[in-house]
Amino acid sequence: MYKFDYHAPASRQAAITLARDNDESQFLAGGMTLLPVMKLRLASPDSLISLAGVPDLEGVEVSPSTISIGAMTRHADVAADPAIREHCSALSALAGLIGDPQVRNRGTLGGSLATNHPAADYPAAVLALDALITTDRRVLKADEFFKGLFETALEAGELITEVAFKVPDAAAYEKFPDPASRYAIVGVFVARFGSDVRLAVTGAGDHAFRYAVAEGALAADFSVEALNDVSLDSAELLEDLHANSDYRAHLINVLARNAVKRLLG
Amino acid sequence: MSGAIGKALLRKEDRRFITGTGQYTADVNYTGQLHLYIVRATAAHARIRGIDTAAAAAAEGVVAVYSAADLDTGGIKDMQPAWMIYNTDGSPMHAAPREALARGKIRYVGQPVAAVVADSLVHAIDAAELVEVDLDELPAVADFAGALADGAPLVWDDMPNNRCFDWAIGDSDAVDAAFADAAHVVSSEIVQNRIVPNALEPRAVIAKHDAALDEYTLHVSHQNPHLLRTWTCAHTLPMNESKLRIISADVGGGFGSKIYQYGEDLVALYAAKTLAAPVKWVCERSEAFLSDAHARDHKTYAELALDQSGKFLALRVKTDANLGAALSNYGAAIPTVFYATMLGGVYHIPAIAVQITGVITNTVPTDAYRGAGRPEASYVIERLVDLAARKLDMDRIAIRRTNFIPMNAFPYESPLGLVYDAAEYDACVDLAVEKADLAGYAARKTQSKAQGKVRGLGLIVYTEQAGAAPSQAAIAFGADHAWFEVATVRVNPDGSVTVLTGAHSHGQGHETTFAQVLSDQLGISIDDIEIVHGDTGKLPFGIGTMASRSMSAGGSAVLLSGRKIIEKGKKIAAHMLEATLEEIDFIDGFFKVGDSDRILAFQDVAREAYRPANYPLDKLEPGLEETTFYDPPNFTFPAGCHVCEIEIDLETGATLLDRYTVCDDFGVVINPMVVHGQVHGGLAQGIGQALLENAVYDPETGQPLTTSFLNYAMPRAGDLPNFVVDEIDTISPSNPLGAKGCGEAGTIGAPIAVMNAIFDALHPLGVDDLKMPATAFKIWSALEQAKHVGEQNNV
Repeated sequence: MYKFDYHAPASRQAAITLARDNDESQFLAGGMTLLPVMKLRLASPDSLISLAGVPDLEGVEVSPSTISIGAMTRHADVAADPAIREHCSALSALAGLIGDPQVRNRGTLGGSLATNHPAADYPAAVLALDALITTDRRVLKADEFFKGLFETALEAGELITEVAFKVPDAAAYEKFPDPASRYAIVGVFVARFGSDVRLAVTGAGDHAFRYAVAEGALAADFSVEALNDVSLDSAELLEDLHANSDYRAHLINVLARNAVKRLLG
Repeated sequence: MSGAIGKALLRKEDRRFITGTGQYTADVNYTGQLHLYIVRATAAHARIRGIDTAAAAAAEGVVAVYSAADLDTGGIKDMQPAWMIYNTDGSPMHAAPREALARGKIRYVGQPVAAVVADSLVHAIDAAELVEVDLDELPAVADFAGALADGAPLVWDDMPNNRCFDWAIGDSDAVDAAFADAAHVVSSEIVQNRIVPNALEPRAVIAKHDAALDEYTLHVSHQNPHLLRTWTCAHTLPMNESKLRIISADVGGGFGSKIYQYGEDLVALYAAKTLAAPVKWVCERSEAFLSDAHARDHKTYAELALDQSGKFLALRVKTDANLGAALSNYGAAIPTVFYATMLGGVYHIPAIAVQITGVITNTVPTDAYRGAGRPEASYVIERLVDLAARKLDMDRIAIRRTNFIPMNAFPYESPLGLVYDAAEYDACVDLAVEKADLAGYAARKTQSKAQGKVRGLGLIVYTEQAGAAPSQAAIAFGADHAWFEVATVRVNPDGSVTVLTGAHSHGQGHETTFAQVLSDQLGISIDDIEIVHGDTGKLPFGIGTMASRSMSAGGSAVLLSGRKIIEKGKKIAAHMLEATLEEIDFIDGFFKVGDSDRILAFQDVAREAYRPANYPLDKLEPGLEETTFYDPPNFTFPAGCHVCEIEIDLETGATLLDRYTVCDDFGVVINPMVVHGQVHGGLAQGIGQALLENAVYDPETGQPLTTSFLNYAMPRAGDLPNFVVDEIDTISPSNPLGAKGCGEAGTIGAPIAVMNAIFDALHPLGVDDLKMPATAFKIWSALEQAKHVGEQNNV
């Protein structure tokens, strides 16, 4: 780790001001991605602005139409929240599948979205549940949030404060984890809103994305068979040691079918 | 015998381990200590044109920056292999020594190139970035094909074809003749994937030098401090062994990787003397991936010849073993002494011939890792046996039973020169089959099929040469050290006992199990017995822990010293009770004269031993302390049967390890809970190799691609089923305890048990070739390819 300044502001405004005044600063949420990268000296922010002491960034509010989760809410808390489980158990399940217990007890929703790791789980839920991402300066739609590899619509110093997921009629998350990292080799989130279907994929591209062809096929006919004739161009998908793009394309359809099966089951 | 042997007592040492009060090397700190950081090679193969340390030396807090030239000036010499292996033509192998810091040439990514010593670790790391290494990069060779190709770049300029040795064992004429007449031949090409050991506690050292006495102390996370001392003083930093004290207190796992010398030890010793300050180095996890000795990494072609009835006639094996860029201490011995000699497994095979080529590549040196050669051997023979059963349409158990070394053949001299001491393979199989509920397998297979999955069964029988003894064998095979073990039993005046053992516990539980051995003999509580290990300043010269030898060699030394204590105690008791020596019995911790009331507790005798008021000093020495250097007459030969059931999801290729049953024959078991713990850990690592773990190098550049837990998959609890573990106990005649050793057994049987189960499931689908680790991606790809081939054949 290189030397850095550490700030522990006690208010949201103080955190935002610190970020504005320090160009090379980064917010520190759970630190589950940032700190290991800093330890390897692959990232070197001049200063970290810890959000641990900032009030009102944590917590869950559930209404019949919306699940609002504070940006600093930890994965373990989302996984264990009874109201979330009641309204969208797929979201609880997803949170319970992130990383390992240590990661789930430190890592946060806002941190995950701001990092936008290509194989993170939350982005799939954000896209499929048509979430709104509230920051200190605006509200961003899910579809306009994820921009590229580790790249989001967030501006410098912009702080995610809350994420509001739409409560679906039904949803399922299917994940095929990498055995080493427990990131998704592929993760597929399917959500039904009336006759509308949203299907988002993580782990397979530079960032999570919606699989429009499959959504259309399922909107027309919500059945496993509806997915038989849809496929993705594997040339667009990631390749690494653990999976080539053909395997990822195949897994996307397998997991999508499994999710549909589960929703019909 | 008080009955302490065989009890599942809780481990005495666990209290401090689980309450964070263990004393690991990184916990040791000295006032005024300096911190060492190693600059490592980022290229796989290069000539070093120059190393500019000026900027680093001028950086804040830096005390010294060293390169190879400094160590040369300081008299530090290269680390030599501990085993000399000879080529088939009788010439010695190329000894490819390891340099503490690279001299002239870089041979693998991660090789230590320079060293920075500073007043804090952060200062040392900061300064390390300022060391400029000027390189002429060379083409690298990272795999067998690259290294052995005609005109391949040479890792060592004076080692033609990157061949370190060509070694052979067995009778190739007899094998050729048997193959010529055989009714059946099966063959297999086998790859042993490269493994990173990943002990929970990374390596660490802290060195200090006492200028007044010119003595060094080295705290180091290590498995065999005395051997390390000998190697250090004999080869690398010449001095009297009495001048170097090595302390390895609590050690958090070794698995073989802490048997060896490493350059960091030497740099720390050199710096501590030169700078007149204690010097500390603690390996980071990402450094461990690049610097702990790796393991396995074989490519093998193996053939088995059979007669019409399924009797094995001959075995022919040719293996290329990747030794890495230079020879670690045991590196050359693992694919030869430890692997090749065990290729016959549990079978009577009249003729065996093995050829091993030691190959040097631009990769981290390889060496022993839990099982060390024997998992590889077990894989080869048990794969061939399954292929033979299929080819001859024989039951997998029947073909094994037909070929087992029969019980009445023990002691059995194998065609490769080992003498198997005792075993009952059929009994192991019988018990394993029962415990695994093989009777219910067909129904489970049908059930899997109904869910669109395929189930496979693997059943293997392994044996190993364990116990790492006798010294005669080690030395005959080319070792520079012996294989006895030492134990001193020191009875204190209050009757409590201190045991000094040359064996080293780095997770094995010796503080409990060695105490059980002695408690059983002396009739005193294990709480009154302290086990001391891992300090050359306190112990008589011992060997250390490797090759599942602690109980059979080290425990036996404790037992024999205990017997001597009883004999001496009887003499003291006879004097105290005014009886003759012959009249004294020692029963359950009491010295007595027949059935009379003339009786003394062990503690009474201990007290008298150190307060000889009216001793017959001409006949009896004061004191109660005995030492035994025990050199077992033979290896031990643990054996067992593993039964593994897997289920493969054909859509994803994912393997579920559903059931795993082991029946081992470990001889006398001292503590079944500790033994089962050892088996569980061994299984996890063997299963890890089969399904998850893989150290990958880019064959073009020699860059390692799996250097963290993000992409090197270690087994987790959730990847494993609940193991069913049971044992039979054929007493080993090779040591007075009758114990065989259990530390590596799980790792030896598991990879091939898992893989045979996977092959069993996939063969009907046309998949017969699959290399470890059998990841979901690999299985899916193999299934796709088989489908493709099937479609082509149907056209």
